[in-house]
Amino acid sequence: MTTVTNNELTPEQVRDSKIYTQWGLTEAEYELIVSELKRLPNFTETGIFSGMWSEHVSYKKSKPILRKFWSTNERVLQGPGEGAGILDIGDGQAVVFKAESHNHPSFVEPYEGAATGVGGILRDIFSMGAQPIAVLDSLRFGELDDAHTRHIVDGVIAGIAGYGNAIGIPTVGGEISFDPVYAGNPLVNVMAVGLMDQAAMQVGQAKGVGNSIIYVGAKTGRDGINGASFASAEFSTAHESDRSAVQVGDPFLEKLVMDATLQAVREHSDIIVGIQDMGAAGLLSSSSEMAAKAGMGITLNLDSVPQRETNMTPYELMLSESQERMLLVVKRGEEQAIIDLFQAADLDAVIIGNVTDNGRYILTFDDEIVADVPIDFLTHAPKQNLPMAEPKRIAGFSSAQFEPAVNDVKQTILDLIAQPTIASKTALFRHFDSMVRADTAIKPGGDASLVRVRGTKKALAMTTDVNARYLYLDPFVGAQMAVAEAARNIVATGALPIGITDGLNFGSPDNPEVYYELDQAAAGINALAKQLNTPIISGNVSLYNETDGQAIYPTPMIGMVGLLSDITNATTVDFKHAGDSIYVIGETNDSFNGSEIQKMQHGELTGQLFAFDDTAEIAAQKLVYSAISKQLLSSAHDLSEGGLIVGLLESSFAGDLSFDVQTKQADKYLFAETPSRFVVSVAAEKAEAFEQLAGTQATKIGIVTDDDVLKVVTTNQTIMLSRTATKKVYQESLACQLKA
Amino acid sequence: MKAAVISFPGSNCDFDMLYALQDFGVDAQIISAKKNDLTGFDAIFLPGGFSYGDYLRTGAIAHFSPIMSAVTQAANAGKLIVGVCNGFQILTEAGLLPGQLLMNATPGFICDEVELEIANPNTAYTNAYDNDDTILIPIAHGEGNYFADETTLDKLEENHQIVFRYVDNPNGSAHDIAGIMNEKGNVFGMMPHPERAVDQVTGNIDGQKFFKSILSGILTKA
Repeated sequence: MTTVTNNELTPEQVRDSKIYTQWGLTEAEYELIVSELKRLPNFTETGIFSGMWSEHVSYKKSKPILRKFWSTNERVLQGPGEGAGILDIGDGQAVVFKAESHNHPSFVEPYEGAATGVGGILRDIFSMGAQPIAVLDSLRFGELDDAHTRHIVDGVIAGIAGYGNAIGIPTVGGEISFDPVYAGNPLVNVMAVGLMDQAAMQVGQAKGVGNSIIYVGAKTGRDGINGASFASAEFSTAHESDRSAVQVGDPFLEKLVMDATLQAVREHSDIIVGIQDMGAAGLLSSSSEMAAKAGMGITLNLDSVPQRETNMTPYELMLSESQERMLLVVKRGEEQAIIDLFQAADLDAVIIGNVTDNGRYILTFDDEIVADVPIDFLTHAPKQNLPMAEPKRIAGFSSAQFEPAVNDVKQTILDLIAQPTIASKTALFRHFDSMVRADTAIKPGGDASLVRVRGTKKALAMTTDVNARYLYLDPFVGAQMAVAEAARNIVATGALPIGITDGLNFGSPDNPEVYYELDQAAAGINALAKQLNTPIISGNVSLYNETDGQAIYPTPMIGMVGLLSDITNATTVDFKHAGDSIYVIGETNDSFNGSEIQKMQHGELTGQLFAFDDTAEIAAQKLVYSAISKQLLSSAHDLSEGGLIVGLLESSFAGDLSFDVQTKQADKYLFAETPSRFVVSVAAEKAEAFEQLAGTQATKIGIVTDDDVLKVVTTNQTIMLSRTATKKVYQESLACQLKA
Repeated sequence: MKAAVISFPGSNCDFDMLYALQDFGVDAQIISAKKNDLTGFDAIFLPGGFSYGDYLRTGAIAHFSPIMSAVTQAANAGKLIVGVCNGFQILTEAGLLPGQLLMNATPGFICDEVELEIANPNTAYTNAYDNDDTILIPIAHGEGNYFADETTLDKLEENHQIVFRYVDNPNGSAHDIAGIMNEKGNVFGMMPHPERAVDQVTGNIDGQKFFKSILSGILTKA
């Protein structure tokens, strides 16, 4: 075995210099490798263990928690463990979806970080054999009064647009909010959804001794080397040297790779054994995981890897995270058909190795073996059971709810809708092509987005959601609420929620309080997912979202997909006709801790989170689902941040119609964020049928009007606002703050 | 009518255009830009997208594709040539339409639905619309700012070659130009996407009459 390549450290130097600790391996892990190999690992081997045993690739710290996720029901064709999860949507078709985070790269290099986040998740979808049909983004930033945050926002939005628009997959939705804890750790979570015929299903497995490993797509460069380890450590502002760990994206190349891969699946499914994209830890993790899943070994000849830089070392070739690359396993003797297909699209397609039955991961370079390790050992990082402890802040929270100051309600409303988390996001979303592919039936700005399944009556509803402020106050209940809100968004379009992908963004798991948050949040998601029959079929974990000791709020992004069996029933948030009756579904209570109005008026989120009643939640969803399927609703909108007043205003602005409503509560309840509520409008001729269906669940509060006056009568007073002027505040606030 | 939709590497609205044409009963098919023969097609559509990534000036590389000599030949033979978005950019690069599409006046990609007025209702692209129709058509571009020198613009106005204008100019285009045709009227380009506005489920059918116009023209001729 060769030990020195290009002046790499010798095994002894690796041991003595402890360079592995800089790559994220602990001394105990290094010792374990030495004892398993019964010799010192060389430079390359140490590097590949550091990549494979990073949290980003191995999930060694989060797995004990993730394993508890419920991920099977009658629709699940593929649960967690592959590129993406797959659900049956009938007619021999399936929906494929997954979320991924690109938080660390987006902080260091916002444009490329966000762009390659889109590229990476799309590869996860088409590597399953599915045509990507939509992308959604869940974004969290610091406050906009900070120039660096504005720079990050600009870069992230431009990066998503630059990649998604060019590759031609519509960005149909997502959500964006702002809190100071994200200033040093913005969150860029991207969810992608694909559609496939069940017959075309692919998996990332390397079966069959002698079958060939074919590398396709972009050449390998030195970008993103050991990015997985970079994503598995905290940031410090003292270290500015992380820039080289960010990859560079090329959406044009990815479009070629995507189209050619899908063509290969269509035309050569008989000879393709497995497909896997090269994501975190690049060639290393894709090849080793494919072989490990199949219980096989693999030998790669690194001299054959297409390279766009000279003198790359085995370590660099294996750990590079160059984008737009895929690995295919193809039956021995049948390779040429695949190579020809990719070459016709002007793409590299090269046999770089083959499947073996010796259970070893062997790399050769320059005619010498540069790594030879047991594949099972390499792909199974030692698990870590970490201590957890309830955060001290939670025990100290008062049970009293925050009391909003409502001396000047009109002004409070105007201030509230100017908050960047509440204000219209059109200024940002208009940079995304939401309509390419011409299937987008409900565009960004509503509750969930809706994409039709061409050639059928079906449509897929999709959304991302989480209010991390609630989780900061109570990680279990807050996580239940995140799932509940995602489901309300789906139901408000008329669709049935069918599954979840998650993006678990947390601080350092080595902090027992953070690990507790992760554990509780996962338990909360799981609890409600079971009740809603929405299995968690895929997901992503992003830990170490801390800068200089400041952790983010626990932010488990919930990506949810729903199935609408008849697209003609699709329902949107906008009021449709003057004279329609407006109803609120669900009760409104004292629910102010963690609310937008608490943040705006108190500046701090504190106190015990208000209660969540899963029975009431499910009842409200069932009512809306059933009312829409009976075509009784003109509009439906879930109530969330900002409460009833924001829900009413959004339905009004979207439909360019006003409202005249009367509540039987005091002013402050306009801002209460009690969960499990919708605001709906109903045409006069359907009111009786709706009221009969709803019983006591819905309360009529007023009517839709066509003048310019927004009128709310509470038990304290009458509030009148001009729709034109109020809409202007809602529409223009964000653009204004972005320019500041 | 037999129509070709040209697929350049990086085209991403090729299938949207194909499906829209097929919805109107047109015998349409995708033709790779690597081919060099368009014999037998009555109409040729250059769809939207980012041909060759458009890392250089938009359409600049695409216009050297093998298919473009066949497109030019077809244009000279009086066949109908329609470029939408990136297709429009390629047609100006190829010199089949005058002018240039520059970066939007306010830099950045815009996706929206914008109002257009029918500047010339007597064309193969607008004859099914009413004279005073204002239509809502999606736009999705970063470089849609139509530019030409004054002489060219005067000529376009004089010859009624301006087919669609923006009601509220989103990108800085000269004379609010959203779509133009050549003097003969058989080569046409527009930045907005009528193929995204043909189906009720997407909430907008204002593009239907664009396709009906094209069909009626071809049918009359045949």
